Amino acid sequence: MAASKSSTPLLKDELDIVIPTIRNLDFLEMWRPFFQPYHLIIVQDGDPSKVIKVPDGFDYELYNRNDINKILGPKANCISFKDSACRCFGYMVSKKKYIFTIDDDCFVAKDPTGKEINALEQHIKNLLSPSTPFFFNTLYDPYRDGTDFVRGYPFSLREGVPTAVSHGLWLNIPDYDAPTQLVKPLERNTRYVDAVMTIPKGTLFPMCGMNLAFNRELIGPAMYFGLMGDGQPIGRYDDMWAGWCTKVICDHLGLGVKTGLPYIWHSKASNPFVNLKKEYKGIYWQEELIPFFQSLTLPKDCTTVQKCYIEISKQVKLKLGKVDDYFNKLADAMLKWIEAWDELNPSGASTGVPNGPAK
Amino acid sequence: MSQVMIKDDEVDIVIGALQSDLTSFMEEWRPVFSRFHLIIVKDPDLNGELKIPEGFNLNLYTKSDIDKLVGSSSSISFSGYSCRYFGYLVSHKKYIISIDDDCIPARDGKGQIIDAVAQHITNLTTPATPFFFNTLYDPFSKGTDFVRGYPFSLRSGVECGLSCGLWLNLADYDAPTQALKPDQRNSRYVDAVLTVPTRAMMPVSGINIGFNSELVGPALLPAFRLTKEGKLRWETVEDIWTGMCVKVVCDHLKLGVKSGLPYFCRQERGSAIESLKKEWEGVKLMEDVVPFFQSVRLSEAAVTA
Repeated sequence: MAASKSSTPLLKDELDIVIPTIRNLDFLEMWRPFFQPYHLIIVQDGDPSKVIKVPDGFDYELYNRNDINKILGPKANCISFKDSACRCFGYMVSKKKYIFTIDDDCFVAKDPTGKEINALEQHIKNLLSPSTPFFFNTLYDPYRDGTDFVRGYPFSLREGVPTAVSHGLWLNIPDYDAPTQLVKPLERNTRYVDAVMTIPKGTLFPMCGMNLAFNRELIGPAMYFGLMGDGQPIGRYDDMWAGWCTKVICDHLGLGVKTGLPYIWHSKASNPFVNLKKEYKGIYWQEELIPFFQSLTLPKDCTTVQKCYIEISKQVKLKLGKVDDYFNKLADAMLKWIEAWDELNPSGASTGVPNGPAK
Repeated sequence: MSQVMIKDDEVDIVIGALQSDLTSFMEEWRPVFSRFHLIIVKDPDLNGELKIPEGFNLNLYTKSDIDKLVGSSSSISFSGYSCRYFGYLVSHKKYIISIDDDCIPARDGKGQIIDAVAQHITNLTTPATPFFFNTLYDPFSKGTDFVRGYPFSLRSGVECGLSCGLWLNLADYDAPTQALKPDQRNSRYVDAVLTVPTRAMMPVSGINIGFNSELVGPALLPAFRLTKEGKLRWETVEDIWTGMCVKVVCDHLKLGVKSGLPYFCRQERGSAIESLKKEWEGVKLMEDVVPFFQSVRLSEAAVTA
């Protein structure tokens, strides 16, 4: 094999970076060498009269609450306010094939050799190589340099399936829930696990929105981050909700979800008491939500993401409405999201898998 | 790695001897093996005496022992790599670790031997989490935990039945892959253990495993052999078959299977191209076997391995 790495395409005209912010965008300075070629979509949460300065030299569009209300009109209330869940508005207005989203307290991490990690490049590698959800490879992602499928891996499954989602991880402050933060306030993630892997079909996972990339054409409409924040009984479950819907739809359509590299450096530990207040309903609702998602089946005629998502919203109303009225509102918001998505993205064909429905 | 309080007399290390001179293998492993009881089973097809260095607490089994216990014309063949299963059969211990005789301990960044046996024991004695994927991998490892969004009712985990380790240097590739990439060596040390989720199938390599024989022992039987099975690892699939049986059993009994650490260092042996003649049969058979395992459902009444 040639010693030089094949260079990963930049995809600079095919990828948007979506950043929700309520504070400032100072963190972009550190990312400049890696992000500058790309178009940014800034979703400004909170007070729309505040001016958020974008560092010079970046190509961007910025949306505040007034813009969201103007663009979506009566559907605007499906986009959360005073919660980073508002970021999904950025996914909806993007015109690109790929999205990378990152929080404004996430910085460039270093690998064990001390080299700075280009997280975006790794996400692109993950998205451009296949996934292997039908059989677990014990050497993890077989398409990475220096590795392969192990003995016993069926040859008929070695082509893999398209990758829809690349879920990255975090060094320093780990993404713990409030109870864990309270018990272990000083724990830091210092373990660099040099692996990317496909999460097997039929397995759910907690998807964190801090360091996430996805193929918008394959799965975009499923990435609705729910009703959180102001006026809502729950927070910090936006990405979880999107992750469970996304995984069920990916499993149904035969798409892959990868997790592992890249790492970013998560610098800010949010206040665990504030977090507890936001999460506490989620912690016990979760016990109903997980069995719900685990047993969710989508009919064969759900061949596009939108159809799958609409079906999920029906099931949410039917089965979770009795857990709390919040889920009735959420189901309605999910439908509004899909309508808004289709209005803003009238491509003719709905988002679907090139080769039709999944196995 | 946290200190694991297991009694050494709960562990057997089973080695299938496919080569006669085990001296360098045993000497490399001495710092790790010396605490434990070893069961060495000589491949019944191997001629001549085994050379084993002194100072180990071990029992050696040869063809005559195998014939005496199971009869010489039994439906189970213990020849080649399958000789280790005889070791599983005669062991009375709770935890069994099995290592191929062409592996030596891996070393960490400071040149210290990695105690693979201790890591297997840690994996087997800490809970597994097969029902929901933790993105920070094994939440019971030091310095890590369950992430936000992991359901609390699933955080106590289940017992771990099987621990599958990995290989530096020569990874466990099949013959076609080895033949295509003869110089590829695995130098990536992935510092993680994870539970392989329920209903996910995986290729379990027999090169480096540990298991709780009280929980899954009976499922580890060498039933699937290629007609031209050879004496090189990539000429076999018996461990892949037993691995799939164990995974289905574990999924049914709600036990866990872990994969990842520990690593061994696996050494060179044999020509992959020569093996290609034998390998294709196994490869074709796998295509039929895998859908079977993916769809097999065990009855509710089946409550033991």
